[in-house]
Amino acid sequence: MNKILEASLNGEVLVIKTEGYLNKDLGQDIQNAAQEHINNGINQILIDLDKSNIVNSIGASIIIELIEQLQESEGTLAFCNLAPIIEKTFKIMGLTKYCSCYPNEEDAIKAMS
Amino acid sequence: MEKKPTVELKLPILKNMELVATQTADVVSKHMQLSEEKSGEISMALIEACINAFEHSESKSEVYIHFIIDDDNLMIKVIDKGIGFDASQVKIPKIESKINSDERKRGWGLMLIKELMDSVDFESSDSGTTLTMIKKKDQNDE
Repeated sequence: MNKILEASLNGEVLVIKTEGYLNKDLGQDIQNAAQEHINNGINQILIDLDKSNIVNSIGASIIIELIEQLQESEGTLAFCNLAPIIEKTFKIMGLTKYCSCYPNEEDAIKAMS
Repeated sequence: MEKKPTVELKLPILKNMELVATQTADVVSKHMQLSEEKSGEISMALIEACINAFEHSESKSEVYIHFIIDDDNLMIKVIDKGIGFDASQVKIPKIESKINSDERKRGWGLMLIKELMDSVDFESSDSGTTLTMIKKKDQNDE
């Protein structure tokens, strides 16, 4: 099942935890979950892909839209717990030029706070 | 000539059917004792190849996938009966030109396949496309 497990604030960072295949549907769910908080002034988002070990380029393309949106409010998007193939895919696409990747949530929050 | 061991799949064009192909690829990769890294690259390339076949070929029929196992490489053919395409007309995507512009955010499939596999080839006509991609096996994979 592809879904958002949790979307909650850790300080001023919105942490979105996912499960399953990061395809178009899950990408849109991430976008929707983020949107709600962006409307409330949150501009730091961490996507935890610990339980998502597979992605497609359509899901990743939706992340590009989220990066654009966060840039408008001088915000940042980061990832943690990436499977090696997802990190490699994001690197090939150039996503990692615009987002940082951290080994775990703790390191990410420390760096983003 | 001895026929190489081949696994053949016939996928209906239904949502997330590309995952059936990746599960088969995992089994084949394990059989060939490919590294986790190579196995992941094959799965990712296969997802993109399937999506291209499902979405862009406008094919109404099934997509066929052949995994051809050789001693030193895995050859995968993704075959659709769609409208075909001209690979030379496919623009290489760049994130810099997609961010903060009206350019479509999608269009990464072909580039990802080429980056993740050791060789990629196409035969395309108005009656379908065959994408052939190869992942070489290293001696240290075993």
